[in-house]
Amino acid sequence: MPSPVGLRRKKDAPNPTYIKRHSAIKLLFATGPSINTRLLVAIIASVALLITEYRSHRLDSLRATLSVVVDPIKYLVNLPSVLIEQTAYSVSSYSTLKSENIRLRKEQFIDKTRLLKFDSLEKENIRLRALLENSFKLGEQLLIAELLSINMAPYEHIVVVNKGTRFGVHPQQPVLDANGVVGQVFRALPFSSEIMLITDPNHAIPVQVNRNGLLTIAVGSGQLNRLNLPFLPNNADIRPGDLLITSGLGGTFPSGYPVAVVDDFTPITNKPFVNITATPKAMLDRNRELLIVWGDSSPVSLTTKPTPEASVLRPNNPSSASGLVGEAPAKTDRSKSAESRLTRKAPAAAQTGTDNDE
Amino acid sequence: MNNYSGFGRLMLTVIMAMCLRIAPWPGFLTNINPDWILLVLIYWAIAVPERVGIFHAWTIGLLTDVLTGRVFGQYALAYSLIIYVCLLLHKRLRQFPLPQQGLFIFFCLLFTQILLFWLNSIKHPTQPHASFWLPIVTGTLFWPPIYTALRRVRLSRRTQ
Repeated sequence: MPSPVGLRRKKDAPNPTYIKRHSAIKLLFATGPSINTRLLVAIIASVALLITEYRSHRLDSLRATLSVVVDPIKYLVNLPSVLIEQTAYSVSSYSTLKSENIRLRKEQFIDKTRLLKFDSLEKENIRLRALLENSFKLGEQLLIAELLSINMAPYEHIVVVNKGTRFGVHPQQPVLDANGVVGQVFRALPFSSEIMLITDPNHAIPVQVNRNGLLTIAVGSGQLNRLNLPFLPNNADIRPGDLLITSGLGGTFPSGYPVAVVDDFTPITNKPFVNITATPKAMLDRNRELLIVWGDSSPVSLTTKPTPEASVLRPNNPSSASGLVGEAPAKTDRSKSAESRLTRKAPAAAQTGTDNDE
Repeated sequence: MNNYSGFGRLMLTVIMAMCLRIAPWPGFLTNINPDWILLVLIYWAIAVPERVGIFHAWTIGLLTDVLTGRVFGQYALAYSLIIYVCLLLHKRLRQFPLPQQGLFIFFCLLFTQILLFWLNSIKHPTQPHASFWLPIVTGTLFWPPIYTALRRVRLSRRTQ
């Protein structure tokens, strides 16, 4: 019976590649460890991971490695919203763009004028601090990061942004927006980082009342528009409408940034502490762009002349929208202070005879 | 038996489930977003138990931990336990009608949620909102469509 080869192959003997792929399906006598052993190994491995993670930060590098596998999924989920935004931008009409341009120009004009005053105020502040023989803090560097529109876990106010350790982001960095403090970097991964908002129930931020400098702590409430101030006594000098700014205590947040406005003050007569709620200044549920801040916490003594510090905190340059803003001045400052330290040490080195400077 | 179940399809469906897991659902839908990854894994464990092992479940659980920013190992532990039960019972589960399978899924999801809650409250005691338990219900309700859809994916012929 001369039948075509392909037909016979299909009928009698299945395709060899097909066999290769699927011959392992039904193993009557299973090889390898039994299912119970595998479960035991899996349980032991997970419990070991859990304990290690609870006790230390040793698994952060493993998480960073695995996040390289997983992060494309985050960006994939973020893609539709980016596309919608791009499309909306590209089809927005000429008149809309024109009016927006005019508005932005006005805003920029006003901001620039305010900054003129800011420069002189900062100089004056530094002079006054020098009179008090006080040290001052260097300005901050800023990095603009964009929110990824993904939702990692409900009930937790943690958002993900598109800048990670590859941009130098590290945990516990403060995050701001144009109106106030947003939160802090909770976990930095290579291509993204997780940011805990100030309204997360597990987050607390040291604040002070701008009017009188009263220090306290604002704790997240789990609602996006509310912070609680649970540690103030009944007779505390605080009123609705008071602005709360970061106090700089604790070292995570630089001092002086607006956090929230007090909106409710209800004394409870039979309790020592009062119920105070505040509304965050930052638009936590609306902003797509956030600023990650590098605060330089090392104080610089004022005996060396601080020349370029006024230009450290610059307004956002539209041309460098995704890069480090004000990076260069701060760096030169730091290198200068390092140089001065070196020069101070140099004579001692010369005396001991180990001069390796030149 | 027409068993065209490549590993690629499994991974593709798992990736889709991961996307659904972290998708930004508006408003209240966030709270009832079911555990898509576990549902997909359970399906594959019942349908092709020879291909889905406990270590697959463990690895995917680990990736889920990273994806959702959780403590390392909690999803890995939950998924490997659930898949173990599914692998043991797969012959029986295949014979069940869909509502009865749904009951099984309900208990799987309940167990996972209780385990996650317990592991979270070890570190700091938490009082979860009532809607913490809602994904279990929605997950059970989503089981029939997921089952039919994945069955179609599994049995659809390769194009070549």
